[in-house]
Amino acid sequence: MKLKQISIFLENKEGRLKKAISILSQNNINIRALSIADTSEFGILRLIVPEPEKAQKKLEENNFVVKVNEVIAVEVPDQPGGLDSILSILYDSQINVEYLYAFVEKNEDKAIVVIKTENIDEGIAALEKSNINIMSAEDVNKL
Amino acid sequence: MIWNKEAECMSNGEKEELQLKLLKEVVKRAYENVPYYKNRFDKLNIKPEDIKTLKDIEKLPFTTKTDLRDSYPFGMFAVPEEEIIEVHTSSGTTGKPTVSGYTQKDLEIWGEVMGRALTMAGAGKKDKIQNCYGYGLFTGGLGVHYGTQTIGATVIPISAGNTQRQIEIMQDFQTSIITCTPSYALYLAEVLEKNGVDIKDLNLKAGVFGAEMWTEEMRKAIEDRLGLSALNIYGLTEIIGPGVAQECEIKNGLHIFEDHFYPEIIDPKTQETLGEGEKGELVLTTLTRDGMPILRFRTKDITGLQKEKCDCGRTQVRMDRITGRTDDMLKIRGVIVFPSQIEKALLKIEGLHPQYQIIVTRPKHLDELEVQVEASPTLFSDEVKHVEEVKKMIESYIHSEIGLRVNISLVEPESLPRSEGKAVRVIDKRNFD
Repeated sequence: MKLKQISIFLENKEGRLKKAISILSQNNINIRALSIADTSEFGILRLIVPEPEKAQKKLEENNFVVKVNEVIAVEVPDQPGGLDSILSILYDSQINVEYLYAFVEKNEDKAIVVIKTENIDEGIAALEKSNINIMSAEDVNKL
Repeated sequence: MIWNKEAECMSNGEKEELQLKLLKEVVKRAYENVPYYKNRFDKLNIKPEDIKTLKDIEKLPFTTKTDLRDSYPFGMFAVPEEEIIEVHTSSGTTGKPTVSGYTQKDLEIWGEVMGRALTMAGAGKKDKIQNCYGYGLFTGGLGVHYGTQTIGATVIPISAGNTQRQIEIMQDFQTSIITCTPSYALYLAEVLEKNGVDIKDLNLKAGVFGAEMWTEEMRKAIEDRLGLSALNIYGLTEIIGPGVAQECEIKNGLHIFEDHFYPEIIDPKTQETLGEGEKGELVLTTLTRDGMPILRFRTKDITGLQKEKCDCGRTQVRMDRITGRTDDMLKIRGVIVFPSQIEKALLKIEGLHPQYQIIVTRPKHLDELEVQVEASPTLFSDEVKHVEEVKKMIESYIHSEIGLRVNISLVEPESLPRSEGKAVRVIDKRNFD
C-alpha cells in the first residue's frame, strides 16, 4: 500500500519553513512525519499528513510549490537492527533507496520508516515477499 | 485591413520623392527654429540646402538622448510655446526625462499613425480596445487613445494597474483588443488562470504589445494563454510615442510609417550607415513633426530593415523585432549578452514561468551571472537530484543561447517583481569604479 507524501519547495530565505508550517497549523493539519532535504540554495520539506490534498491546496493558495507523490511506510521493531532488516531486504532485491526518514511510535515499541525507493512498486513487492507489514494511510493516521 | 492605403502602399518611387521633399522641409525647419540645430549645423558647416538626395541625410549630425536632456525642458521646440498643446516625457529611469512637445498637427499625426497601427491589429469601429498602457506623461496611454479616436473604435481608457479590475472589465465589456506591455500581458494571463477564467469566455482577438523588448517565444506563450494574436508595436517618446512602427498580421517585422519617420541603421561604434538587412542601431528622423523636429535620433535599439514588399500589401519598410539595446547590452566576461537571449532560452522550457531576473555580480574580478526563475510544479520534485537536474537543464539551455555558464536560482512562485509597465530584468551589482 502506497502512502501519499507532500513535498514543498523552500527557497533559502528567512522564515519560509515557518510560513509553510504555520499554514498547516492554521488549517488544523497535523503532521505525522517530516523531513527536510537541504542544499545550499533551497530546501525540500517532505511531510506525511492525514489529508495531503487539503494541505496541498492550502499551501498552493499561499504560493508554495507543492508536489504530491507516493512513498512506502513500514513498521519496524524499535530496537537495534530494526532498520537494518528492512534495508537488507531492499539491498538483497537490488532496490535503490532514494531517501528515507523514520519516527518512533508513542505507545508501542515500534518505529515507522518512510522510504522512497527508485521504483515504489518493486519496493513494496520485495518487502511484502519478506512479510513486512506495509502501512496504509489509515494506519499512519491512527497513530 | 489597411487604414491609409495611399500612404501605406505607395510605390517606392513615390515614397522616396515624398520623403526627400519632407526631409528638405524638416531640416530647414529645424535649422531655422531650433538654436541647437543651428549651432550644430554651423559648426559642421552644413546648410539645409546641402540636402539634395535622401542619402545626403548622412551629412547631418546625430541627435542623442544627452542632447535632448541638455535642452531640457523645452529647448528643442521649433514653434512658439503657445502652439504646443501637449507635452509628454520619457520615464527618466536613466536620468532627467526627455520632453516631447506636440502641436495640434503633431497630435493629428500621432492619431493617424496609431490609427494605422491599430487597424493593422484588426481594429475597426466595432472593436472595444482596452488600453492598459498608463495614461499620463508616459506616451503609451494617450498615444493608443488618439489612435482609437481616429479610427472610431471604442476605447476603454482603463490605464495601467489594478489587474482584478482589468479582468472584470475584460469579461463584462467583452474587450476585443488589449494594449499593454508584453510582460503585463503574461501577468494578466497568470491572474486569469488563477481566477479560473476560461479564455473562451473572453472575446480577445488581438493584443498590441510594446514599450519593452520581447521574443518570438514570448509571443507564442502570450498567444496560447490569452487566445489572441499578439502583435508588436514600436515607438519612443523622443520621436512621437507609440506608433512609429507596427507589426501586421504576417508577423514578419514591423512596418515603419516612413512617410512620417525616416529610418536608418548605423553601426553603433563607427556610426557608418549599414545596408539593407544588416543589424545595427536604429536612427530615426521625424519628417513631419512641427513642434519638435528631431534629426537622426539615435534610438539605441538594435534591429535591421527589410525593404521588399510585405505579403500584407504594404510597401513601408519593415524593421525586425528589436533584439537588444546598445545600453542594456551586458558584457559578461567580455561576451555580449542581451536579456532577450536569456528570455528566449527560458521560454523553450516547458512548465517554466517566463518571469525572470538577471543578477550580475563580480565577486572576485570575474563576472558572475545569476538567473533567478520561479519554481513551478513541473520543475519541482521531492528529490534533490531531480531539482538539481532541472537547474542544470535550464543552465544548458541558456549556455547554448549565450555561450556562458550561469547560475540558476529557483525562487518561490510570484516572488519576482511583476511590473505593470516595463519589467526590470537586469540588476547589475558590479562596481565599475
